[in-house]
Amino acid sequence: MWEEGPPREPGARPRAEAPAPGQIALSMRIRRYRPDIDREAWWQEATVNMEPSDRLLDALHQVKWYLDGSLALRRSCAHGVCGSDAMVINGRNALACKVLVRDVAPKVTIEPIRGLRVLKDLVVDMEPFFAGYRRILPFLINDEEPPERERRQSPAERERYDDTTKCILCAACTTSCPIFWGDDEYIGPAAIVNAHRFIFDSRDEGAAERLDVLADRTGVFRCRTVFNCTEACPRGIKVTKAIQEVKRAIMFDRL
Amino acid sequence: MTTYHTYDAVIVGAGGAGLRAALAASSRVKTCVISKLYPTRSHTGAAQGGMCAALGNVEEDYPEWHAFDTIKGGDYLVDQPAAILMCREAIDAVIELEHWGFPFNRTPDGKIDQRRFGGHTRNHGEAPVRRACYAADRTGHMILQTLYQQCIRNDVRFFNEFYVLDLILTDDRRCGGVIAYELATGEIHVFRSKSVLFATGGFGKIFKVTSNAHTLTGDGPAICYRRGLPLEDMEFFQFHPTGIYKMGILISEAVRGEGGILINSEGERFMERYAPTIKDLAPRDMVSRAIYQEIKEGRGIDGKDYVYLDVRHLDPEVIEKKIPDVTEFARIYLGVEPLREPVPIQPTAHYGMGGIPTNVDAQVVVGPEETPVPGLYSVGECACVSVHGANRLGTNSLLDIVVFGRRGGEHMAEYAQQADGPELPEHPERAAVEELRGLLQGPGTEFAADVRDELQEQMSDLCGIIRNEEGLSKLQGILGELHERYERVGVQDHGRGFNTELMEAVELGFLLDVSDTVVAAARTRDESRGGHYREDHPLREDDRWLVHSLSYRDEDGSVRMEYKDVVLGPYIPMERKY
Repeated sequence: MWEEGPPREPGARPRAEAPAPGQIALSMRIRRYRPDIDREAWWQEATVNMEPSDRLLDALHQVKWYLDGSLALRRSCAHGVCGSDAMVINGRNALACKVLVRDVAPKVTIEPIRGLRVLKDLVVDMEPFFAGYRRILPFLINDEEPPERERRQSPAERERYDDTTKCILCAACTTSCPIFWGDDEYIGPAAIVNAHRFIFDSRDEGAAERLDVLADRTGVFRCRTVFNCTEACPRGIKVTKAIQEVKRAIMFDRL
Repeated sequence: MTTYHTYDAVIVGAGGAGLRAALAASSRVKTCVISKLYPTRSHTGAAQGGMCAALGNVEEDYPEWHAFDTIKGGDYLVDQPAAILMCREAIDAVIELEHWGFPFNRTPDGKIDQRRFGGHTRNHGEAPVRRACYAADRTGHMILQTLYQQCIRNDVRFFNEFYVLDLILTDDRRCGGVIAYELATGEIHVFRSKSVLFATGGFGKIFKVTSNAHTLTGDGPAICYRRGLPLEDMEFFQFHPTGIYKMGILISEAVRGEGGILINSEGERFMERYAPTIKDLAPRDMVSRAIYQEIKEGRGIDGKDYVYLDVRHLDPEVIEKKIPDVTEFARIYLGVEPLREPVPIQPTAHYGMGGIPTNVDAQVVVGPEETPVPGLYSVGECACVSVHGANRLGTNSLLDIVVFGRRGGEHMAEYAQQADGPELPEHPERAAVEELRGLLQGPGTEFAADVRDELQEQMSDLCGIIRNEEGLSKLQGILGELHERYERVGVQDHGRGFNTELMEAVELGFLLDVSDTVVAAARTRDESRGGHYREDHPLREDDRWLVHSLSYRDEDGSVRMEYKDVVLGPYIPMERKY
């Protein structure tokens, strides 16, 4: 099915029309790297005509669908709940489906998230990220026989860990963290957020095990409270606060 | 290069249905989940409002009332024993999720809180009832996370970013496994397996304005259809009343459950005229048609094709605590502050009631006699049990996936424990490889995106909320042309790694085949029922049409229709009024 030798350079399709009334001509600079044919990463320049209320993801689709099919990106839900399309947009981590054209026009620069190996264009290797997530035992631990009906939990107890249940594992926080860029053994903000979600759940009894993982040299104490993660989180989670709460739990409570 | 794997149970899709099935099967037999996404990207995560179960935590309620609402909401096309079973098992399903750590909102005394939802009523339609268990407006997100967490705990084997392209059936029409494409490498994998369960989700991308993810392209149904299996009730597609204007992003029915109302250009709460008893909480098909009617009669906002969803009268704390995410959607995507301004909405293509026909153990069944295909299963939106009939009630999809996900996973494991390994035909990957080769080496005079744009545009125009013979027959002609154009589609990208262009072209093929069945079934059914509304046949006709449709692919690519009886039960079909 695949041809012998290196693949053909994709042919582009011209589509240079003036923007319709109300549209904006958006100049995009996209960081490209196709391991099959590119020796190194390069910048693709493209201009697309968009509605101001379109998502940046729609603009990337304009490029992919009508100009250059070889552009690779991940996306699915297109409204900020699946966590597929975290990218560096004008230097900051965000989901391409939660940034509108009007917020970045007339020019935007798009790069893959940092600190994870680029596999192609805007697609990075997520395995190290999920490995960090798995290390903190991301599931309810409670060996007692559950009651016949629901375990009781007061609204206040439920509220205690509400913020960190919002995480969609998009990696925007972890890949905005300068500590993570410099040390890929650092477990990173997203894993800590998900540990927090269970450590502060009144039904969970696995805090000690998780805190052991997070107290180790790859854990929470690598955090230098730069707050990049909190700024990057597309779900508005107070990530740095959650990390601080976990640090305090290790130092004072050991729950 | 082709890689071979052998499993007892292969689950295709890692949304709620697939993950729940994997939890059931993996403890007993050698199981894997194949997903074209990372599991947490699945569209179950986009479900917002809740999951109904008659817990009776905040007011009197019974599974029997829930079953009645489900059957009536489905306009009596529901197989009643299946719905009764689902509503009974709902309670255990919710409790199980709680025990696995699901963060339900709570009542003051620490029980699972419950809220109102469309079509769910007290004592057979008296008034709305609080039945939906929820976690703010991210219930689906929490179901997906909770089930994935349990899969990690149970060490379930995942093949992420693998696209299933074909189903292997043995010569004696048993399930033999699937063929998959590994996105990272472009390699073909043959998964030989005694049992396969399709949980690939919906196919809303046949329409232009939809709440569905880009990846919801009907892969499972299209693959089964190509292998000669029928698809059931494909004409029934649900348009959710409250999609964000032009974008289709879902605004949960929970907004109306918490007291939000719909208003037209005259500021009138128009649902009072269409459903005097439960008003804005009428089933989705009725609300969507009401919006269509208001717009048609000139009462859209500014004469345009949208109306308002209004929550300005609600307590800001209720909005903040119970529907925060959808409020944020309005702020981000519309620049509207719902606390002070009404939100522009229009109906959005949301959910396919039809799909791969199954029984209550999720076994895929063929023909009016419902003969199981040994080893083949399906659960969730891609399947049709049928518990949703002609119109699904809100929250019942999350219930469907966990109840039938468990049943399907258990049944496939039991089957695999006693079944012999399948004898595969020679080179089972051949058809899939040929398909990819055609796209890679074909003339490339058509672009997939152009064909897809045209498909979505025409399906929305001619097979949307309102349908008629003239439009549907025209649409069948258009589909024929689109299939021809699809033959000429080529991809620009000839790289092996992360060739998402190639996979999007494959997905377009699935969308075209699924559309064939939707249109053929819609054209044949000359009555109106639930989500299928024919303006040229506006009445429900139980004498002729209290039957499920089955669409088969004929040799020449046309759709052949067959019908099977609806399984009735204690509830006599009557006029659906609210």
